[in-house]
Amino acid sequence: MATGADAAPVGRPTTDAPTDLPAAELRRRLDARELSAAEVTEAYLARIAALDPDLHCYITVMADVARAQAAAADARIARGEAGPLTGIPVALRDNLCTVDADTTAASKILQGFRSPYDATVVTKLREGGAVFLGKANTDEFAMGSSTENSAFFTTRNPWDRRRVPGGSSGGPAAAVASGLAALGLGSDTGGSIRQPAGFCGVVGLKPTYGRVSRYGLLAFASSLDQIGPFARSVEDAALLLGAIGGHDTMDATSAPEPVPDFSAALAGDRDLRGVRIGVAAEYDVDGMEAGVKAAVDAAVRRLADLGAEIVPVGLPHTKYALATYYITAPAEASANLSRYDGVKYGLSVESATLRETYERTRGEGFGPEVKRRIMLGTYALSSGYYDAYYVKAQKVRTLIKRDFDEAFARVDAIVAPTSPTTAFPIGARTDDPYQMYLSDVFTIPANMAGIPGLALPCGFAGGLPVSLQILGKPFDEATILRLGHAYERSEGWAERRPNLA
Amino acid sequence: MSLTIADVEHVAALARLGLAPEEKERLRDQLSSILGHIELLDELDTTAIPPTAQVIALANVLRPDEVRPSLPRDAVLANAPRLVDGFFAVRAVLGGPGADTDPS
Repeated sequence: MATGADAAPVGRPTTDAPTDLPAAELRRRLDARELSAAEVTEAYLARIAALDPDLHCYITVMADVARAQAAAADARIARGEAGPLTGIPVALRDNLCTVDADTTAASKILQGFRSPYDATVVTKLREGGAVFLGKANTDEFAMGSSTENSAFFTTRNPWDRRRVPGGSSGGPAAAVASGLAALGLGSDTGGSIRQPAGFCGVVGLKPTYGRVSRYGLLAFASSLDQIGPFARSVEDAALLLGAIGGHDTMDATSAPEPVPDFSAALAGDRDLRGVRIGVAAEYDVDGMEAGVKAAVDAAVRRLADLGAEIVPVGLPHTKYALATYYITAPAEASANLSRYDGVKYGLSVESATLRETYERTRGEGFGPEVKRRIMLGTYALSSGYYDAYYVKAQKVRTLIKRDFDEAFARVDAIVAPTSPTTAFPIGARTDDPYQMYLSDVFTIPANMAGIPGLALPCGFAGGLPVSLQILGKPFDEATILRLGHAYERSEGWAERRPNLA
Repeated sequence: MSLTIADVEHVAALARLGLAPEEKERLRDQLSSILGHIELLDELDTTAIPPTAQVIALANVLRPDEVRPSLPRDAVLANAPRLVDGFFAVRAVLGGPGADTDPS
């Protein structure tokens, strides 16, 4: 067990290989014709072939699609029509619908499902000329914190293969960390982008609820779900958010807010004078590892060195967020997952009656965690318990949101650890669901309040990455990206890569 | 909060979720434990607090009532486990003679 942040360097430095370079640098080299999209794609596919049989980042590798997209990207670059993501290889989490690869949500109930349409984010990347390397692993229907709930396999953490990559978007997080994708897309309902980004030592961003269209994202908890980027730098995360953000008539909850030029927001200098950053004592909890605390405290001092004013803020209802989430999210999930009934698509266990067909299909198709949440959510919504659980949780959600509203009246951003621990060993938390839930204790409040959160590397403890979380005001991703970028450039954490040879 | 097997069976029936006997026992114990943690919320007096269902300032999002293209029928039906004449096929719901008209 780590007792403090590591002093010695961990992993290896970044090299000049296409599978090491950030997307922004790949963009520069593609535009300068120093590299072709075909070369970049082949380098990634070769690395996937060599490493993924052990790491298990991908459920489906889309080699043929990727090669065709790379050829189209090279033609587009030659015509001088490249966009920011043209020719950049991306991992898509397997809960985003694609017409040219199966979409399973890592569930037996959807094995072999081919969506008749693309998710809006997939359409945007396709039109932008991105290269799709494959569909990446996840906990089943995004329910979990380790990818151990995938019906197919557990993804390994590239920094220590005996450990989990976090979850539920563990596949794209581990892929970006391992050089098996330049960028990744995941979704975050209670921390499912930020927590695995932290465990794998990459950048992950949960945008403001409504910033990115959820059309074509398999629904888990509709008032909390949000799609966002994984990247090897804050600059890359800004690039990808700019490509996927914006209002969409196909998602009535997507916000008609203008999308600023996030990359331009990073262009300023590193001086953070005049920026007020909140630190909340409520995020210093029992059970936090000493190495995590030490690395996050050092990051706060660094932000102060860069000129930011550190301001204590109170978020008194933080300790109620986890319990609130475990009513609200399962309740919404129980309604959303009623669509998997063995009639329209997916597994169907035909039985004597329609009702029995429903029960057997769902009983055989869903894994233990999904069943647990459907049961918990159905219970919380059932007659006699609705007010005591569901309405109560909605009221506490108001209190959590008010905490942030009041804090953000005084500060521009709030910093906290992304998770209380570094990546835990595979199997360590599977026997006790509540222990697993606790690994999202610092990420859940942002989902309940709908605010954006950026996770980025801030050091190592016990040879494993530690992550800093920067929370922002609604639709002010630009500020947290700017702060993250300034911090990242003042340290070298994001340039360390795991040794995987 | 302590659930019984009967509680588990009632909720599973509402959710149309088939469970094996050992799953019912495990869920009884695990759900009882999770509901115990959730009782933390009882500390808070929320009588005067309005509920929050969603967090962005949008209400009644409407679009013009116009016909738009939809997905082709073949594409939508392509994943169906059982079809009859271009429709999803299910066991008869109303019972009686001829209820089992399964085409597969």
